[in-house]
Amino acid sequence: MKQVIMGNHALSFGAMISRVQVIAAYPITPQTQVVELLSELCADKRLDAEFIKVESEHSAMAACCGASAVGARTFTATSAQGLALMHEMIHWAVGGRLPVVLGNINRAMGPPWTIWTDQNDSLSQRDTGCLQFYAQSNQEVLDTVVQAFKVSEQILLPSMVILDAFALSHTSEVVDVPDQKLVDEYLPPFNPRYILDPKEPHTFGGLTGPDGYYELRYKIEEAIQDSKRLINETGKEFGELFGREYGLVEKYKLDDAEIVLIASSTIASTARVAIDELQEEGKKVGLLRVRVFRPFPSEEIRELLVNRKKVAVIDRNISFGHGGIFAQEIKSALYNCKDKPPIWGYITGIGGRDVTVEHIKEIVNDTIKSEKPEQDILWKGVKL
Amino acid sequence: MERGKTMKLSIPEEELVLQGHLACQGCGATLCMRYALKALGQNTILDIPACCWSVIDGPFPHTSVKVPLFHTAFETAACAASGIRAGLDALGRKETNVVAWAGDGGTFDIGIQALSGAAERNDNIIYICYDNEAYMNTGIQRSSATPYGAWTTTTPVKHFKKMPKKDLVRIMAAHRIPYTATACVGYPEDFIKKVKKAKEIQGTTFLHIMSPCPPGWKSLPEETIKLAKLAVTTCYFPIYEIENGEKYTINKVIKNPKPVKEFLERQGRFRHLTEELIEKIQKNVIDSYNGLLKKAGLDLEVHVKE
Ligand SMILES: Cc1ncc(C[n+]2csc(CCOP(=O)(O)OP(=O)(O)O)c2C)c(N)n1
Ligand code: SF4
Ligand SMILES: [Mg+2]
Repeated sequence: MKQVIMGNHALSFGAMISRVQVIAAYPITPQTQVVELLSELCADKRLDAEFIKVESEHSAMAACCGASAVGARTFTATSAQGLALMHEMIHWAVGGRLPVVLGNINRAMGPPWTIWTDQNDSLSQRDTGCLQFYAQSNQEVLDTVVQAFKVSEQILLPSMVILDAFALSHTSEVVDVPDQKLVDEYLPPFNPRYILDPKEPHTFGGLTGPDGYYELRYKIEEAIQDSKRLINETGKEFGELFGREYGLVEKYKLDDAEIVLIASSTIASTARVAIDELQEEGKKVGLLRVRVFRPFPSEEIRELLVNRKKVAVIDRNISFGHGGIFAQEIKSALYNCKDKPPIWGYITGIGGRDVTVEHIKEIVNDTIKSEKPEQDILWKGVKL
Repeated sequence: MERGKTMKLSIPEEELVLQGHLACQGCGATLCMRYALKALGQNTILDIPACCWSVIDGPFPHTSVKVPLFHTAFETAACAASGIRAGLDALGRKETNVVAWAGDGGTFDIGIQALSGAAERNDNIIYICYDNEAYMNTGIQRSSATPYGAWTTTTPVKHFKKMPKKDLVRIMAAHRIPYTATACVGYPEDFIKKVKKAKEIQGTTFLHIMSPCPPGWKSLPEETIKLAKLAVTTCYFPIYEIENGEKYTINKVIKNPKPVKEFLERQGRFRHLTEELIEKIQKNVIDSYNGLLKKAGLDLEVHVKE
């Protein structure tokens, strides 16, 4: 059924149609509507789940880990400071191989206090082993929650479904909330092989020395690598059932492009308009949207970028002391390729600064004009 | 005589803690688990944060308990238990006991926020804190459960602990949870009775168990039970319970307390104490015990006979 809903509610409805069994969450702007709607859905039994109103995000993720370990499908949502507080327990979910799905509204980190969007909160979780999906529309937010459970539960790793603060979280869009029967067909019940069960008692997470730990980490990497295939397969299957197909990356007017613009989240949807206008002006530029950041789609990146003339990456984040994080990852994916293009790494939109079609066109035009990237970090729109 | 048939046993025979665990000799925490699991039975899930018990259980793939065990992060004993409970309830497995099992550090200090959260929500979990009065797993550092006067590696003799032990039982009672109790490995029947009682209660139950630790207390392993009993008979660690945050019952009333010195002098961690300081501790112990007697509505005041 088509509804006009905000991104936050798309997360809640995504959890509902995924038939989550346990929710543990703590409110934070701009995520609050996620927990408010879930509370209502649980209260009026539209969703048959236990909702633990924990006293912190750290406890939220710890409770999710516990619930997941007994075999319950488990969901939480947070943002920025809350995600940072969860950090230890995100590692716990990964190491414990617990497929919790977590919605994160991208909000810049304090201080100074701020509530507007950028990606530093989620990207700071880069090395945990939690999958990261960056959505560009409310529809994609809802669809990705369902897909994330399907992928996570097969590889036994948690997933993060990420949306921009306000640009999606508080913006209403038309969203098709699919028929429950169809969702049930797509997403079978969670049925893990090993659970906390007194009839078959196992110890989870017991003391492990250098002799076993290494292999357990190897297994995590193996699983997350395997998720690349799964994300594309389950995204295709999603398309067949629901008419909306998803993959690790999305191409837009890329086929004949000499210059490739790379973006994620809502900047990517704004970029489509910029690409249309630039192509009308006769410029050979196309867009590559990175939807999944972990696992990183290195193979797709290589396949799509080798032999292009130039690449411009937009980062709404910064790894202090190095630069834009997507740009770094793309550079490292290409490093061993023969005919790799030069990469312009632009930073813009930090802390929720507006990124318009004009800004994006300027970025592309600057890239066309300059012979090579003058610096590792190309700041756009800093007012000093 | 065939055991159990002609003799009525006061402690269940079933052993759910096996040989081969990694505890030190005379470890109170291990006895504590042994008794607790006897009372809880097989249909139990344990969750344990960082503490000696994350080592005692044994290295992967070994385990020394016969119930499922979920190791969790240091500050998350209570909330991980809440999650396990919610998961079981969602799956209709309501009969299984969920037990958060933590040391004093994980309970009084880093885990108190999560514990308070679970207690305020009155989540249906049993929280058992074995108290050895310091962070033993990391090598005997002070916690807020370390008593006045004690040496630890972070309260060296010259700067021994100057603050009293945090009164966590009162904090828990202030949450008005259905059941809060103290017990001691020196009195297993009382402890087992309390665990069984907690098991029957819906809501959060909190058990605080005095558990001697020979390396941490600098005491003799063979004196663990003696020390545990002395903790009670000197009134250093009274055994009592609080129902709904209000109704106090002292389960073992000590009418003629032994001098606390008898408890202190057996432990190297108190060796530096002067007579004057011991007297100060003695006065505090008796004052707070008399306070407790009052709360329990007993018309009694005790003092130590010279
Ligand atoms: C967040 C975090 N900080 C510190 C530690 C290190 N640590 C592990 S166990 C422990 C002390 C545990 O003390 P207690 O809870 O009293 O249990 P005991 O070791 O005495 O059995 C500490 C400080 C940790 N594991 N996690
Ligand atoms: S240090 Fe103390 S609590 Fe820890 S295992 Fe040894 S005796 Fe037990
Ligand atoms: Mg301790």
